[in-house]
Amino acid sequence: MGMKKKLTAIDVVEEIKSGDISCEELILEIYERIERSELNCFITLNKENALEEAIEVDKRRSGEECRRKKLLGVPIAIKDSISTRGIQTTCASKILTGYVPPYDATVIEALKKEGAIIIGKTNMDEFCMGSSTETSYYGPTRNPHDLDRVPGGSSGGSAAAISAGETVLALGSDTGGSIRCPASFCGIAGLKPTYGLVSRYGLIAYANSLEQIGPMASNVTDTALLLEVLSAKDERDSTQVKTKNNASTNYCLSWLNGKRSGNGGEGVGVEVEVKGMKIGVPKEFIEGVSPEVEKSVWNAVHKLEDSGAIYEEISMRDLKYALAAYYIIAMSEASSNLARFDGLRYGLRTGKDEDWHTTFSRIRGEGFGEEVKRRIILGTYALSAGYYGTYYLKALKVRTLIKNEFEDALKTHDILAMPTMPFVAFKLGERIKDPLSLYLADVNTVSINLAGVPSISVPCGFSNGLPIGLQLVGKHFEEDEILKAAFVYEQTFL
Amino acid sequence: MLLKKEEIEHIGWLARTELSETEKELFEKQLSSILDYFAVLDELDTEDIEPTYHVIGIKDVVRKDEPKEALSQSEALRNAPKKEKGYIKSPRMF
Repeated sequence: MGMKKKLTAIDVVEEIKSGDISCEELILEIYERIERSELNCFITLNKENALEEAIEVDKRRSGEECRRKKLLGVPIAIKDSISTRGIQTTCASKILTGYVPPYDATVIEALKKEGAIIIGKTNMDEFCMGSSTETSYYGPTRNPHDLDRVPGGSSGGSAAAISAGETVLALGSDTGGSIRCPASFCGIAGLKPTYGLVSRYGLIAYANSLEQIGPMASNVTDTALLLEVLSAKDERDSTQVKTKNNASTNYCLSWLNGKRSGNGGEGVGVEVEVKGMKIGVPKEFIEGVSPEVEKSVWNAVHKLEDSGAIYEEISMRDLKYALAAYYIIAMSEASSNLARFDGLRYGLRTGKDEDWHTTFSRIRGEGFGEEVKRRIILGTYALSAGYYGTYYLKALKVRTLIKNEFEDALKTHDILAMPTMPFVAFKLGERIKDPLSLYLADVNTVSINLAGVPSISVPCGFSNGLPIGLQLVGKHFEEDEILKAAFVYEQTFL
Repeated sequence: MLLKKEEIEHIGWLARTELSETEKELFEKQLSSILDYFAVLDELDTEDIEPTYHVIGIKDVVRKDEPKEALSQSEALRNAPKKEKGYIKSPRMF
């Protein structure tokens, strides 16, 4: 039907409600793109259900109930680490191949309530362990900007699908950068919420003290709209912080009103401005990044300055310890969380049963990929008697230092700005053989998870045709500040 | 910090995760360099610092103990690869 390649959720909802576009045709077009695609963004498609739902949407769109839905008819892709009732959920692992969750994650319930249509489950690094989507049992996803390059990870399928127009919105999960890294590499927007804002019920756990589910979209307004839906209160997640920010507040409604009023969607709402906003730029996040990335990020900071913000270079000295602390905590939690995969209640159960321990050891040996095993081994080691104090406890204490450092920097500044990734997307196979070099790529993202603060990555330029990401970091539960700054910055592109 | 092949095999057993010979040899090389990298934390004196478990600091969260609808037996068993008479079938203990 010749739809625009990049559709926004805001437009889709409005055009479906007014009858300007047919939801069924939109969903068909999305699947056509997916079926033609060389990117390998999806592990499982939900075509039959999605088309049925789209036909229902077209029938009921003008009804009172539908008119209230925030995401009516919007195609959304779900990272395969998030449980979807009746749709295979594998975490990109052999050990979960064939697993069909009997329940929905809380975020999925919220999406369905608001009328979103699930397109399918996206490819990722196995159990979210990686920064390139190369550790997937289902093969790597490719970067739409250059097929020889990685899309970033671990939510690489979600980011690539948005970038290539194979979905409008997507969910990712972010333990140490897994939303922001692929957002940066694929040139889209992705937000990691404050730890405790979004329910983790139904997210298959990797490192549960660090991770959050978050929105991914082609623009900042859609990101805000999706965050609003995801942040619903949920008593099934005891680590969720019940604040006024859950669901009831609108992260973007006021801007949308501003944007929509007046002459056909032009202009920005008066509420959105960064005048007087104080931005800290920590030099430790810029040291060592590629020259093109550094230049683009400074350009972005200067554009925010032109819009009235005030920036200042700052220093965060303990930051150099963040990467080691992050990996120790993440691996330790992973070794414990992944103990549940035994092939008994679900998942892979091959070969003849021997005694209990031998059987499980063999199943796990067959079912987990190399990177997952590497992390289980290191995590088990870090938690074992005699080493607990040296590694895990020490890392948790360093985490306190990092958290304090962020809180101090954010006492004197409204937000912080820095590059999301130190470089643009690298080539498939370039780093996968050397795990440490892959871990080092996460240097700018992991500290944010240690501190639990919210952070968004938005595109801020290109280097040889490959996108560069600007990362904005805010205070706990002040997602609105980073969204505002990102939105104002995005407008300077238009 | 050097992790020898035998130690890696032992940790694999503790984690009930079988490793192939190739993996053991590969990990022997890789894990030691990763542990060396972790040693950067030794530079910091953290004696008097409290560990952070939950960044916002909430703990001991309880909810009302009210019965709610649960999965049916058939739904709960649907994904189990081996089952018998409504039970999940496990390998023998000994």
